[in-house]
Amino acid sequence: MINIRDMTVTYGGNPIFTNLSIQFEPGKITGIIGPNGAGKSTMIKAMLGLISKQTGEVTLDDKPVTKQLKRVAYVEQRAALDLSFPINVFDTVMTGTYPNLGLFRVPGAKENEAVTKALSDVKLSEFTKRQIGALSGGQLQRVFVARAIVQNADVIILDEPFVGIDMKSEVEIIAILKRWQAAGKTIIVVHHDLNKVTTYFDNLVIIKRGIVAAGPTADVFTKENIANAFSGDLSTILFADKESENA
Amino acid sequence: MHSIELFIDGLMKYNFLQTALITSILVGIMSGIIGSFIILRGMSLMGDAISHAVLPGVAVAYMLGINLLVGASIFGILAALLIGVVTMKSKLKNDTAIGIVFSAFFALGFILISLAESATNLHHILFGNVLAVSDSDLVTTAVVLAIILLFVVIFYKELLITSFDNTFAKAYGLKTQVLHYALMLMLTLVTVTALQTVGIILIVAMLITPAATAFLLTNRLSHMMVLAATFSVISSVIGLYFSFTFNWASGPAIVLTAAMFFLVTFIFSPKQGIIFKQKEN
Repeated sequence: MINIRDMTVTYGGNPIFTNLSIQFEPGKITGIIGPNGAGKSTMIKAMLGLISKQTGEVTLDDKPVTKQLKRVAYVEQRAALDLSFPINVFDTVMTGTYPNLGLFRVPGAKENEAVTKALSDVKLSEFTKRQIGALSGGQLQRVFVARAIVQNADVIILDEPFVGIDMKSEVEIIAILKRWQAAGKTIIVVHHDLNKVTTYFDNLVIIKRGIVAAGPTADVFTKENIANAFSGDLSTILFADKESENA
Repeated sequence: MHSIELFIDGLMKYNFLQTALITSILVGIMSGIIGSFIILRGMSLMGDAISHAVLPGVAVAYMLGINLLVGASIFGILAALLIGVVTMKSKLKNDTAIGIVFSAFFALGFILISLAESATNLHHILFGNVLAVSDSDLVTTAVVLAIILLFVVIFYKELLITSFDNTFAKAYGLKTQVLHYALMLMLTLVTVTALQTVGIILIVAMLITPAATAFLLTNRLSHMMVLAATFSVISSVIGLYFSFTFNWASGPAIVLTAAMFFLVTFIFSPKQGIIFKQKEN
């Protein structure tokens, strides 16, 4: 269980959110949605100590998360990376073994095996030697999911994993998320596409400079909440189908 | 061809030329290796800055009669820290902070050197005089190379991940700042030894030109480091030959040779060369 209590983050003196509190449960895929600039990525980064927070504490199983970062796998937005780096797919996934290896230990046969297995899980076995810049967006995202597999963490956080990727990759990644879910891991996905929310997520958190609503997706994904966080127009369009079905 | 015979003949006969050759090779290896990380981390300007910023350290070491490495390392790290502080505590961009700090350090060093030593020495520090390297300098260079190799072998994983994906490294709890300053320390050590062969002003070329040439040719970090070191060594040896034969300053001779390798690679590289790219289109 991840527990964020009273977290405040400011940027240049302006609060992004104030006294934000939320829990993430193991064995559940939790989606985080909200309009641009709502503070979704900021919340994730502050939670992991990647940016500083003014107040609040974040615990994983009642101990500070920053003392046990190895238990967390964080898959950042792809756009943030230098894709011209001289590294191939296999070696990229291998970096997922670094947290558990720690200093002074180098990857061996066991790590090689884990990487090979993870690449096969995301259906990228034939691309192992390819430089990462020569992959499609969807293949690249699967590389980073494979790295998260290799990390063997208890908590997996993905920031907008489905942006600009092909359907096949999205399906493969969802399959991996379901597998993690079945294994009792805590999965957190920052998401932008409101259409698939009900099929993908067990729990949903709606953010707009603070928590708008949180809980089981069926309870949270309502016309009213979406209107509050996004816009009334959007919510009318989005829920028009459902209302006509009910009528 | 006759001049090459003379060069080889000179190598057999003169101790100073042997020392110069070995120093050039050792400096070539270390600058190729550290340079690979410098360009992959987008720190070429930082490399230039640190190499200039060691000048006051060199001057102070002369004045106090202590080891150059100690004086230079202190000022190199001090400059790196100051750049970090100015970047973090102001809204100025990193390259602006670098520009302010390194020019101030260089200016201070210039004045201190003129107080401490004669003008010829300053010229050698700025542009290199590998033919004047002493045996004890050679020992220092070998020790520095050993330190660099140890550092890169021991922290290879960490150097790779912080260069490639710094956020990932931070997210699993790696002390990325410590590694950054350790790398800056290695950079100052390379600077002080490369100062003998190419001089302070052109050290940045030894760091980035061979590494950039290697970058155009390979998709693996380990291969890139080996290639960069190789280009660097070959450039140093050829540059030394020109320096000996035509009585050119060793620094410019070495740097121009390295630039020629880059130019040829830039045009013909199968991975990213401009000819190949045009064919692709």
